[in-house]
Amino acid sequence: MSALLRHRLFWPGVVLAGLLLLNVLMTRNFLAIEIKDGHLYGSLVDIARFGAPLILVALGMTLVIATGGIDLSVGSVVAIAGALACLRIGDLNDQNSVGGVLAAVGISLGLAVLLGGWNGFLVAGAGIQPIIATLILMVAGRGLAQLISDGQIITINSGPYKLIGGGYWLTLPFGIIVVLVVLALTAFLTRRLALGLLIEAVGGNAEASRLSGIRARGLLVTVYAFCGLCAGIAGLMISSNVSSADGNNAGLWIELDAILAVVIGGTSLAGGRFSLGGTVLGALIIQTLTTTIYSIGVPPETTLLFKALVVTVVCLLQSPAFRAKVFHRRRRPSASSTASEGKVKVPA
Amino acid sequence: MTTPVGAASLTRRLPVPRKYIPVLVTACLFAAMFVAGGIRYEGFATGQIILNVFIDNAFLLVVAVGMTFVILTGGIDLSVGSVVALSTMISASLLPAWPAPAVMVLVPAIGALLGLAMGAIIHYFEIQPFIVTLAGMFLARGLCYTIGTDSVSITDPAFTAFAQTRVDLVADMWVSPSVLIAVLVVLVAAYVLHYTPFGRRVYAVGGSEQSALLMGLPVARTKIAVYTISGFCSALGGLLLSFYMLSGYGLHAVGMELDAIAAVVIGGTLLTGGSGYLFGTVLGVLVLGLIQTVISFEGTLSSWWTKIFIGLLLFTFIVLQRLIAGRGKQ
Repeated sequence: MSALLRHRLFWPGVVLAGLLLLNVLMTRNFLAIEIKDGHLYGSLVDIARFGAPLILVALGMTLVIATGGIDLSVGSVVAIAGALACLRIGDLNDQNSVGGVLAAVGISLGLAVLLGGWNGFLVAGAGIQPIIATLILMVAGRGLAQLISDGQIITINSGPYKLIGGGYWLTLPFGIIVVLVVLALTAFLTRRLALGLLIEAVGGNAEASRLSGIRARGLLVTVYAFCGLCAGIAGLMISSNVSSADGNNAGLWIELDAILAVVIGGTSLAGGRFSLGGTVLGALIIQTLTTTIYSIGVPPETTLLFKALVVTVVCLLQSPAFRAKVFHRRRRPSASSTASEGKVKVPA
Repeated sequence: MTTPVGAASLTRRLPVPRKYIPVLVTACLFAAMFVAGGIRYEGFATGQIILNVFIDNAFLLVVAVGMTFVILTGGIDLSVGSVVALSTMISASLLPAWPAPAVMVLVPAIGALLGLAMGAIIHYFEIQPFIVTLAGMFLARGLCYTIGTDSVSITDPAFTAFAQTRVDLVADMWVSPSVLIAVLVVLVAAYVLHYTPFGRRVYAVGGSEQSALLMGLPVARTKIAVYTISGFCSALGGLLLSFYMLSGYGLHAVGMELDAIAAVVIGGTLLTGGSGYLFGTVLGVLVLGLIQTVISFEGTLSSWWTKIFIGLLLFTFIVLQRLIAGRGKQ
C-alpha cells in the first residue's frame, strides 16, 4: 500500500479517476463507446482525440525538461507549422492531391525540426539558459507565423490534409493513431535503448555526464529538434482540424498547458528523470478537465479558475514539502519517514 | 565555451566595469534608435516622442519594475499580465458604487495579497515559481471572466481626470499623471534595491539561495516579499492601464508578462538572478516602446514586425550577456 502511495503516478492517477468519476455521475452514458459508420464515438474517444495535440507537444516537452531545459517556443512552432502547411496547400492547383499535401506537410515539419534545432543550438552550442533561449523564438515565432500567413487566416479545402486532424483510419481518429505511433517510438527509443538514460544523465548533472563521455551537445540539439517536430505535428493537427491557419491564435498558451501536463505527470522541472506515461496522464487530466467543465455545466468563463485550482492541488500533493508539513501532524510515525525519503528522492 | 578574442579584448580595454556593459549597450541602442529615427522621419527627434513612449508604457514600466525584483532573486512571475487585467476589471466593476480613492487603495492591496500567497506557496512548499505563478495567471484571468466577459467602461470623474490631465513640463512638452506615478515607483524601487539592506538581500538570494541561507539572511521573508512587490506593482500597473484605457476587460494585457520579461532581459538583468539594475529595466521598457513608435512612423511595416524585432533584440542581448558572463567566469 505504501509503495503504491509513493508511486509517482499515484496522485495524478487519483485526480484523473476523480475527474472521470465526476463525469460518470454528472453525464449519462459517459463511458459508452459505440461504432457508428465504422467510426469510434464516445466521450472518452473525444477526450483522447481533442487532447492529441497537447499530448504530442507534452511528449516533446518531457524530453526537453528531462535534460533540465524547457521549451517555451512550442506554441509559436505550432502556429508556424500550421501556417506554412496551409500556405503551401493553398497554392496548390489541386488541393486534394495527395502528393502536394505530403510535400507541404514535409516542408512544414522540416521547418519545425529546424526551429527546434535552432533552440537546441542556442542551448547547447551557445550555452544560453533554456528558458531565455526559447523565449526568443516564442516572441519572434508569433511574428514569423503572421509573416508567413501575411496576417490573414488562411482557409483551405483539402481532403487529404483534413485527415490529419479530423479524419478516421481503421475506425480510430487519425490523431489518436499519430499519438500512439509517436508515443511508441519515443518509449522504444528512450526506454529500450540507452537514449533515455543519456538524457537523464545530462539532465541530472551535465558536467558529470560530460566527464563520463556523453556528447551532451548533439544529444541536446536532437532533443530540442524532437520537441520542435512534435510541436510541428501538433500544429498540423490543430490547423487541419479547422481547415485553416491562424498565425495569431493557433497553439496560444499550449506551451503552458504542455509544461503543466509534464509537471502533473511527475517529471521534475529540475531535470534528470522523466515519465512518458505520467505526461500522457497529465495531458489527459487537462483535457478531461476541459471536457468536465463543459459537461457539468460550469460556465466556460470559469474554466481558468478550475484549471488554477486543479493545478494547485496536484502540485501541492506532489510537493514533498507540502506532504511533510500537512500530513506530518496526523500520521506522525509513518509520515516523517516517507517525507524525508521523498525529499531525498525529489529535489524540487 | 569559446569566446571571440575581439570581444574579450574589448571588454578588457573598456574603462567601465564589466557589470555596467549590458546597461550601457542598451542605452547606446536606445540613443542610436532615436538618432536614426530622427534622421529618417520628420518630427521624430523631439523630446515629446520620448515622453510619449513613457505615456504609452507607464503601466508596463511599473509592471517591469516588480518583475525586476522577482527575476533578481532568480524567480519568475508569469501572473503579471493577468493581475493587470484583473485590476482593470475590479476597478471598472467597483467604481459605480465605490469611491475612487477606496478602489485605488483596494486594487493594489489585492495584487499584493495575490503575490504574497504565491510567494508563500513557492517558498514553503518548494514548488517552482514557474508553475505557481502559472496557476496564479490562470486564477487571475479566470477571476476576470467570472466578474464579466465584456469590456466595462469607466466613467468615474477621478479616473477620467487621471486619463485626461496633462502635466506640462518645459517647452510645450507634457506627460500624463500616470507617468509621474511610474517614475515615482521607479525611484522608490531603485532606492530600495540599491540602498537598503532588503535590496542587498534580493541580490544575495539571487546570487545563491544556499549561501544566503548559510549567511543567516532571512531568505523566506525576502523571497515572499519580492513576489508581494511584483503583485503590488502589477496591480498598480493595472490601475495605470485603466486610467489609460478607461475600461476594464478580461482580455487586457494578454502576453504582457512576456513584454515585462523581455524588458528586464534587454535591460541587462540576468534571468538566473543576482545581477542587474533597475535603470536597465527602464531602458528596456523605453527600447520596446521606441520600437513600436518607429514601426508606427514607418507606416508600411505590419504590426507583427514588432514581435520579430523584439525577438531579434532579445537574441542580441542574450548573446552579448553570454559573452560578458563567459569572460567573467574564466
